[in-house]
Amino acid sequence: MSEADVLLRVDDLQVHFPVHKGAVFRKQVATVKAVDGVSFQLKRGETLGLVGESGCGKSTTGLAILRMLEPSGGRIEFEGKDITHFDKSSLRPLRRRMQMVYQDPFGSLNPRMKVRDIIGEPLEVHGLANDRKAFDQRIAQLMRTVGLLPDMADRFPHEFSGGQRQRIGIARALALEPALIICDEPVSALDVSIQAQVVNVFVELQQRLGMAYLFIAHDLAVVRHVSDRIAVMYLGRIVEIAARDEIYRKPLHPYTQALLAAVPVADPVVEATRKRVPVSGEVPSAMNPPSGCRFHTRCPLAMDRCRHEDPALRDLGAGRAVACHLHDMAAQ
Amino acid sequence: MTAAAKPLLSVRNLVTRFGRGRGAVTAVDDVSFDVGVGETVAVVGESGSGKSVTALSILRLIPSPPGRIESGEILFEGTDLTKLSEREIMEIRGNRIAMIFQEPMSSLNPVLTVGLQVAEPINVHRRKPWDAALGTAKQLLGRVRMSDTESRLRAYPHQFSGGMRQRAMIAMALACEPRLIIADEPTTALDVTVQAQILDLLKDLAQGSRCSLILITHDLGVVARYADRVVVMYAGRVVEQAPARELYANPRHPYTRGLMASVPRLDGDTNKRLVPIDGQPPNLARLPTGCAFAPRCKQATDLCHRERPALSEIGPQHQIACWLETPAHV
Repeated sequence: MSEADVLLRVDDLQVHFPVHKGAVFRKQVATVKAVDGVSFQLKRGETLGLVGESGCGKSTTGLAILRMLEPSGGRIEFEGKDITHFDKSSLRPLRRRMQMVYQDPFGSLNPRMKVRDIIGEPLEVHGLANDRKAFDQRIAQLMRTVGLLPDMADRFPHEFSGGQRQRIGIARALALEPALIICDEPVSALDVSIQAQVVNVFVELQQRLGMAYLFIAHDLAVVRHVSDRIAVMYLGRIVEIAARDEIYRKPLHPYTQALLAAVPVADPVVEATRKRVPVSGEVPSAMNPPSGCRFHTRCPLAMDRCRHEDPALRDLGAGRAVACHLHDMAAQ
Repeated sequence: MTAAAKPLLSVRNLVTRFGRGRGAVTAVDDVSFDVGVGETVAVVGESGSGKSVTALSILRLIPSPPGRIESGEILFEGTDLTKLSEREIMEIRGNRIAMIFQEPMSSLNPVLTVGLQVAEPINVHRRKPWDAALGTAKQLLGRVRMSDTESRLRAYPHQFSGGMRQRAMIAMALACEPRLIIADEPTTALDVTVQAQILDLLKDLAQGSRCSLILITHDLGVVARYADRVVVMYAGRVVEQAPARELYANPRHPYTRGLMASVPRLDGDTNKRLVPIDGQPPNLARLPTGCAFAPRCKQATDLCHRERPALSEIGPQHQIACWLETPAHV
C-alpha cells in the first residue's frame, strides 16, 4: 500500500500493567503484558478486524491507539503524526479524528442525558455547537444517518432498545466525522436478530462516509462479514494477519486454524463433514506467558524449537504475515 | 426418534406465568415438545423467548411467587412432574434430570470444594457415605477429562478457569447417571475454542450413556453442530420445530427464515448484505392478540394480526405455527 494511504501505523506496541502487592510497602511483583509487540497498518477507508479470545489484548490495543491507555513501548502513528506521547492538549484535536463505539449499549450512554445531548456532546466539547439551529439540524441528520427518527432526540437512553442504543453510540462517534472509528465488540451484547441491523449500519456508513474501522470482536463470522483484512491475536501478540478471504480460505497459523474450526457453521450438513482441529486446554495467563511461542502449550503441531524460540511475525508477501516456525521453514 | 418409541420427556401445553393481574407476563405460552431417549433437542430463541423459563419449569425451579406453572403437563418417564410434591421432585432433580447453567461461577458454591459439590448428589440421591461419594467424584472428574483429579477434588471453584468450572458442572450433572440433562446456554460465557471442547465433551458423554440432552442456545451454529431436533421459540411460544437437517434445509416460519438470513455465516457470501429482521423483540407484557411475530413479519396479513396460529404439522415431524402455511388459510 502506498504511504499516503496509510491512516494508522502501529509499530511494536506494548501495553504492560504492573501488578502490585501489599498496602503499605507496595511493591511491584509482576507485569501483565496485555499487549506485547503488536504491529499493523490501517489504510484510509479500510476495515481491519481484530479477533481473539478474551485476554488476548485486542481491546487494550484499541484503547492504547485512542490513547486512553498509556503505551509502555512502541510507536503509534496516525495521519502521519507520531501520537505515542501526545499530551492532553494535543490529544483533544486528535480525538476529533478518532472515535470509539463501545460494547455495552447500556453502560456507555449517560442515563441522565437526553439523546440530543449525548450525540451533541462531542460537538460542544470541540466548540462546534454555537449555532443552535445548525446544531439541531446536525443532530437530526446524524440520527437519520444511523436509522433513528429525529423526533426521538428528546428522549432518554432507557426509552430505547439495545439495538437503538447502539445506533445512538454510533451517531455520537460520527458527530465529528472521524477518519477512524474503533469498534470494541459493537454487536456482541445485542440479540441475534438485532445484530444484523447494526452490522448493516456499520457497513453502509463506511460506504457513504469512507471512514476506517478497527473492528474488535470475538465473533469470527461477524468480523468476516465487515472486514477487509483480519489480524488474529493470541496472548498479546498478532499471530497472523492477512486479507479477509485469504485467512478464512487458508489459515496458516495453527491457532487461526483452531479458532476457525471451533466456530460451528449454521448448517448441519456442512457440520457433519467438516474437518475439526481440536485444541486442548485454555489460554494461559498473560502474567506468566509460556516460553518460546506462546501458543506451543496448546498447539497440536508444536516442535522442540517452539518451546524455546519466539517466532517473529514474518511477512509472506501479498499483505500476509504469520508468526509460526512452521512457516519460517516453509519460507526458507 | 422413531414414531413408535415413547418419548422420555413430553411437554404438553405448558403455560408458565409471572405476576398477577394487569402486570402478568406469560413467559411460556402453550409450549409442547417431546424429547426421545438419547436424543439432543435444541431450544433456540432470543432473550425473552421463554427458552430458559421452559427449562426451569421442567425442573420445577420457577421462583414462586411471582412465577407459577399455570397449566399443562410435563411427562417424564410417564410421571407428570407438575403434579409432584416438592419432596418428590427433589428425588428427580439432580438425579434423573440434571441441569447445567450458563454461568458456572454463580452456580457453584464458592466456599465448598469442587469435590464436595460433585460428590453431594451421589451422597444425597444414592445415599453413599461421603468417602465413597468422593471416590466416585474423582472418577467423574476424570471422565470430564480433568488431569490431576486428586488435587482438583480439594480445589475451590475460584481456582478454576471458566472452562474447568463448566467441566466440574458437567461432572456434577453426570454424578447420578441422569436420563436427561438440560444445558442452558452452557458455553455462552466461554471462549470459542473452549466452547467447542465443552460441547464436544457434553455430547460425547451424553451419547455414551444414552442420556437425552436439551440444549438451550441462541447460537444457530451450535444447534447445527450438536442437535438432532430443533424447537424454535418466539415470545414464549413454539413457532417451528423440526429435525435439524430439515429445519436448516427448509425453514418455513418467517421468524426462522429471518434468523437464518440475519446471521453471518463463516462460509457465507460476504458480498451479500445481511437481511435483518426489522423491529424489536416483543414486550411480553404487551403481546399482540394475533401472532406474536406479526408486527415484524413482512408477510403478515389481517388474519395474522387478529388471530393466533396453532402449531400444525406440515411435513414429517415438521410443525410450524403460521397462518401462511396453514391449509385453511390458503
